[in-house]
Amino acid sequence: MSRPSRRSSESVHSVRDCTPTLELCHVVRDFPGHRAVDRISLQLEPGGFYSLLGPSGCGKTTTLRLIGGFETPDAGEILLNGIGVGSLKPWQRNVSTVFQNYALFPHLTALGNIEFGLRERGAANFRQAAKDALALVQLSDKASRYPAQLSGGEKQRVALARSIVLQPQLLLLDEPLAALDPKLRAQMRGELKAMQRQTGITFLLVTHDQEEALSLSDKLAVMNRGRIEQFGTPEDVYLRPATPFVAGFIGDVNWFGSAGVRPESIRVTTAAVAGPRSCPASVESTLFLGNCTQVHAKFASGVQVVSRLTPASAARFAPGENVFIQWDEADELHFE
Amino acid sequence: MNLRRWFLLPARVWMALSFAAPLAFVCGYAFLTRGDFGGVDRPWTLESFARLADPIYLGILWRSVWIAAAATASCVLLGFPLALFIARAGKRRNLYLQLVLLPFWTSFLVRTYAWLFILRETGLVNTILMGLHVIHSPIQLLYNDGAVLLGLVYNFLPFFVLPLYATLEKMDPLLLEAAADLGAKPRRVLWRVIVPLSAPGIAAGSVLVFIPCLGAYLTPDLLGGGKSIMLGNLIQNQFTTSRDWPFGSAASIVLMLTGALLLSALLRSRAARELL
Repeated sequence: MSRPSRRSSESVHSVRDCTPTLELCHVVRDFPGHRAVDRISLQLEPGGFYSLLGPSGCGKTTTLRLIGGFETPDAGEILLNGIGVGSLKPWQRNVSTVFQNYALFPHLTALGNIEFGLRERGAANFRQAAKDALALVQLSDKASRYPAQLSGGEKQRVALARSIVLQPQLLLLDEPLAALDPKLRAQMRGELKAMQRQTGITFLLVTHDQEEALSLSDKLAVMNRGRIEQFGTPEDVYLRPATPFVAGFIGDVNWFGSAGVRPESIRVTTAAVAGPRSCPASVESTLFLGNCTQVHAKFASGVQVVSRLTPASAARFAPGENVFIQWDEADELHFE
Repeated sequence: MNLRRWFLLPARVWMALSFAAPLAFVCGYAFLTRGDFGGVDRPWTLESFARLADPIYLGILWRSVWIAAAATASCVLLGFPLALFIARAGKRRNLYLQLVLLPFWTSFLVRTYAWLFILRETGLVNTILMGLHVIHSPIQLLYNDGAVLLGLVYNFLPFFVLPLYATLEKMDPLLLEAAADLGAKPRRVLWRVIVPLSAPGIAAGSVLVFIPCLGAYLTPDLLGGGKSIMLGNLIQNQFTTSRDWPFGSAASIVLMLTGALLLSALLRSRAARELL
């Protein structure tokens, strides 16, 4: 009774591959004064790495909490492996969450934390399963440490192991890397991806970090004001953004009327080139960013434009210099 | 730092005069002989302690310990759900905390007398029960261990609830969600997460109830009516009617040592619980 979704995955084994792991149908969640989640629909296929990306307050965490069972939808359906779970409690759903600050039990050791869920679910050989999970995240030597004695990265791995050991159908990750320092974040990003490939569990990551979402996801959903603006591959959302919001949230955009152009598609030259997409401007400043240099220029109309060039090609431009800004029609982003 | 020393001076003087000096007097008196007109006299002796070994007095000590333990256990059983309820009451937390503290607006003595009026033969409870024809003659509710226990629990429950509330209120709600997420039903979350994490609050609250209950004298005096006597009453009698200060001092020292020993045992058992 506690896990109808798992039973279904066995009984409908023959069609399992075409049943989405998770399906959201017009899900709504209202909070006093505002609608946090506004008729969201989404389908996640088994074994994929998915992300919900958006600014803070866009409803992505609420969406995750709805899937985890910590919130109840006001309207709409949540299906796990084709079975409605909207009214099931968190302990009745075969999904697991890695919380933002890990939420490790401070009174239990690393091993105790991992055993927790196995024991609650009545797993027979929970000690060995927990030890295997600890080995999977390379923390076998830290088994008897308490969370307070673990580093941020180690806590993160224990939290991951604690969820993965339960072999959930869907693993929810709520900004799991946000609390780590940048270098460790890059390393854990690689480990997350490897872990997902290794276990084959469907991952759904919530993040406000576009780079994280782009680099990790098979597909990502960009959220704004409680709605999904676009759901597609990283290439889709970056190269073919569906809305101006998506274009602006994922990467930078120069707006020329209704058309948008990415800074890396903007060329800066000293000589004019014939054609409609070449305008005179003056260089305002250059910003060296290591792997590229940003040239900030201004048209006579006062409109600002940003170009991203290789440091070598940007070296010729000095503030105050008169230049020409050019781009190709193919690089323009258009929206209805 | 010199400044720090000056800031601490008033507290040090106060503690020396009001705590250390009286304690030293009590320790000294316990080894002296009873004076003819009260007070103390020489020679130095261990006689007072020897008299405490009498079965009558050991019985009173034992009764004090078990009544205090029963009161503490009752406070845990009543106070834990109450503290948990208040910690989860959201905006109404402050209101409920005020209600818990409400009895402190009147004096301890007045509140204990109020129980006399509720429990005596012509009191509230008997009047209502007789009015409803549940009973035909008044039942004896006062002057027994039960009445003393009731008075102690009533008076000391807030001392248990407040430190436990402080612990529960600080608990990260995400931990409870994590437990549910990992498959724990609410009852299991309570036993495997909330109770272990609130152990420091339970221990602190238990100490704050047990120690004063062990030495209680007003509640057993009024509600026990001198029949259900505790160590506190024995001590009080030695300094008033019996005028045996050395014996009262010896009993005080035994009371303090009993409290200290049980306390350290409790702290050790808490450490043991954490290992589970």
